[in-house]
Amino acid sequence: MLARVQTWWIIFRICVEERLVYRGDFALGTLMRFLPLVTQIFLWTAVFAGAGKGSIVGYGRNDIIAYYLLTTITRAFASMPGLASGIGRQVREGEIKKFMIQPIDAVGFLLLARIAHKLVYYAVALGPFFLVFWICRDYFPGWPEPPVLAAYFASLVMSFLLGFFLEATIGMISFWFLEVSSLLFVYMLFNFFCSGHMFPLEILPQPWQGIVEFLPLKYLAYYPAAIFLGKVPPEDLVQGLLVQAGWVLFFVIACRAMLNAGYNRYSGYGG
Amino acid sequence: MSYLGVFLTFARNSLIRDMTFRANFLIEFISSTAWMLMNLGFYALVYRYTGNIAGWSKYEFFVFISTTMFVNSLVQAFFMPNAQELSEMVRTGGLDFALLKPIDTQFLVSLHRVNWSSLGNFVIACLLLGYALPRIEGYQLSPLAVVLYPLFVVAGVLILYSVMIALAATSIWLGRNQSLYDFWFYITNFSRYPMEIYDGAYGLPLRWAFTFIVPILVVINVPAGIMAKPILADNPYGPWLAVFAVAATVGSLAFSRWVFQRALASYRSASS
Repeated sequence: MLARVQTWWIIFRICVEERLVYRGDFALGTLMRFLPLVTQIFLWTAVFAGAGKGSIVGYGRNDIIAYYLLTTITRAFASMPGLASGIGRQVREGEIKKFMIQPIDAVGFLLLARIAHKLVYYAVALGPFFLVFWICRDYFPGWPEPPVLAAYFASLVMSFLLGFFLEATIGMISFWFLEVSSLLFVYMLFNFFCSGHMFPLEILPQPWQGIVEFLPLKYLAYYPAAIFLGKVPPEDLVQGLLVQAGWVLFFVIACRAMLNAGYNRYSGYGG
Repeated sequence: MSYLGVFLTFARNSLIRDMTFRANFLIEFISSTAWMLMNLGFYALVYRYTGNIAGWSKYEFFVFISTTMFVNSLVQAFFMPNAQELSEMVRTGGLDFALLKPIDTQFLVSLHRVNWSSLGNFVIACLLLGYALPRIEGYQLSPLAVVLYPLFVVAGVLILYSVMIALAATSIWLGRNQSLYDFWFYITNFSRYPMEIYDGAYGLPLRWAFTFIVPILVVINVPAGIMAKPILADNPYGPWLAVFAVAATVGSLAFSRWVFQRALASYRSASS
């Protein structure tokens, strides 16, 4: 047991150090990522001026800006750059074999590496994030109640897990297709539109809004932000979080099942 | 004439290369189109809740979007892959070979590859323009607009090219410029909106700077305004903006040429 923990700890530390190599570039890149927000602020100001009313689908102008800011946080948790394509590459080039030979679980390894990457990311990105949110503090309606805040953090952590297992599951498809980049692209496209990354999901007309309600994608950007802004009625919070947890569980199982099925049909191309 | 001939050869070779990997070509074609359609979907949604954005009605704004697609598809087809490759050429020393060739180096590195699949958006933009124009209230197509529109689209492409090649040339000084594409994206992000949205205490200086210092706001706004509105009547700067856009195009091209040559002068080969 102890040996197992030690192994995982060493893997974790290696991944952290690997990630710290380019920290300066990293911090600057994070700050630049907020630049499009500047145009969003101007755009939505113009939209509200044109609409001539204070709120659209329950969002005021400040709410919308706050919403975009909050989705950047959710995305920082839920987005998994290179995860599925990385799995695809490992399958294609035969690197995945090492997980069959070594006593290390592939999903566990990937998860640990991802946690390490994310932790380093937060450590470096905290400065830029803090700066931007401090500058934009007037757009926020204020801190939510402690239980809501707790629900927000729970939802954030689950959005990380959901993002990881969902994308890992997609990556596992490469056991069957070898090349998943076009499939990934379709996923990214849907994700961008349906997760609430582009706009608050309330803007969608029916029946689309109803459909998106039932997809797991909304937990990858929209849902935590909506909790923070008080868009989720308190009595629905527990149920919403349970549904999110259900989706996480579903993809944990799906990912494992796909991995096992994949191992069974894998024939080890490449060196 | 010989430069045109060389360019046509580049275009032909690129097409042959693209056609070798047809599935990939198709995927790129669909993906770049899908992104733009999604963008369009976003604005279609927003216009359900508002009659106009900064004085642009829904279909006027669709003209604006199709102009964005025209300009971007041209830039991506002709210049984007080359500018990205330039920084790689500097790092690997491949620029040596470009310098040795008996042809203008900036011409060679700017145009030697054509990314045909990016022209998919050009077709979509034509369709969108044809769809949106007749739906603008009380619209009358003036012959002047028909003549000026393509000219100013080209002017816009040239301004963006200048910004891009000047940015790419900095990789000669920096050794490597990996975040070039990011930086490019964030800068041109400002150009993709009507300039009227930049208003207020922070917006006006921003508008001014991105019009007169780095003239990226005229790139889309001028041709879109010429096509969608009665010859720029609503524009804060009036028809003078179009005159300025011409000057800005010439100025940016000259500036980028100067930057490029200065950068080349300090090129130290990375050994090849």
